[in-house]
Amino acid sequence: MLELRDVSVRLGGKQVLSACSLRLAPGDRIALMGPSGCGKTSVLRICLSLLAPDAGSVRNDALRPAAVFQEPRLLPWRTAAENVNAVLSDSPETMSEALHWLELLGLREAAGLYPGELSGGMSQRVSLARALAYRPDLLILDEPFKGLDEALYRRVMELVSASSESAALLLATHSEDEAIALGCRILRYRDGRFESAST
Amino acid sequence: MKPVSRRFLVFLGVFTFWTGVWILAAELVGSELLLPSPAQVLRRFLALAGTSAFWLTVGTSILRVLSGILCAAVLGVLLAILTENSVICKTLLSPLMVLVKSTPVASFIILALIWLGRGVLPAFISALMVLPIVWINVSSGIAAQDPLLLEMARVYGFSRGRILKRITLPTVLPFFRSALSSALGLGWKAGIAAEVLTVPQPSVGKMIFESKLYLETTDLFAWTLAVILLSLFIERFLLKLVQRIGGKEVCKHA
Repeated sequence: MLELRDVSVRLGGKQVLSACSLRLAPGDRIALMGPSGCGKTSVLRICLSLLAPDAGSVRNDALRPAAVFQEPRLLPWRTAAENVNAVLSDSPETMSEALHWLELLGLREAAGLYPGELSGGMSQRVSLARALAYRPDLLILDEPFKGLDEALYRRVMELVSASSESAALLLATHSEDEAIALGCRILRYRDGRFESAST
Repeated sequence: MKPVSRRFLVFLGVFTFWTGVWILAAELVGSELLLPSPAQVLRRFLALAGTSAFWLTVGTSILRVLSGILCAAVLGVLLAILTENSVICKTLLSPLMVLVKSTPVASFIILALIWLGRGVLPAFISALMVLPIVWINVSSGIAAQDPLLLEMARVYGFSRGRILKRITLPTVLPFFRSALSSALGLGWKAGIAAEVLTVPQPSVGKMIFESKLYLETTDLFAWTLAVILLSLFIERFLLKLVQRIGGKEVCKHA
């Protein structure tokens, strides 16, 4: 489904990735771990075709990729429900589905609020609801659980895990617990590449 | 006290103060020819407003000036789209817009008198005043689109239409609204000034010119009052219209 072969990226004069390879089949779950600025987000952006590598090749056959970025990236002039619905048909017919996903993420009461009226954690959950509602075959998560309290964190993790069973999942995180809880194979950053550490 | 009624009371106070100053000045001058009183101007204005000729004159001037403003608004938006997508076009057009913005309106009126007919001149002058303002504001609006939102739209496969509706328009419309807000009054005043110099038939400008010619100062004030009231009305009406087009997305964002 997704393959990066010998990908190299240079950002701001710094070599971030050197001949980095990665393969993700449907149902695979991979977590990228490493220090801040090592290139985790760059790999995710390459996978989403938002960044072109300086060298190497990328093959992405995903038909319905979805992403949860570090920032919620919600339309400020649309309500939480409308933001989720925007990736569905964007018509009233799918609004109940959007509300269903918000409810699963504990945001039923906030459905009519605008992003400016939501806390950081709530906005991030709306972003997660949007990604899951899209029913992706490739789910890319860039440190998506920041700003969630402990109780919500567990609930959201379970929901993400259950809702993306058949999808390929690529996660960038600093938390090994998070990667293990989602059943991810962990790849650690070493010398410009992400290499297998454990299963 | 509600903010609206408080604002109204402040307006009423300011209005009363300046009307008082006007009454006092008119009393001191003591000549209707030099400075008519507010009552004399209001009486004359009401008398004029009771005639069909007044509405025909006002209507023709509005149509003439608004057609220029509308053309400039459309052209300004199209040029902004063009220049925000082409560096060459932007480099070529930017100095031209600065030139148009900085040139005195009287110079354009005299030049246009040589180039164009009297009928279209007021519309042309209004358009010329409005065009750079709309262009600059809409260009800023297009440039202000959030790249993170555009990336999100790309990931989720938004169509061009959906990007336009959900990201571009809500971002640009407040800029367009602000452009109209500053450009309408300017375009309207420049159009009337062009009418005064070209005296097309019928027009508010011609009536102002004749009032001056025959030393009918009260008429001059009454027609000026008509211009001010129309300017306020047109600005309110058009801004409401733009807000309605933008719907809640503009209201929420503005």
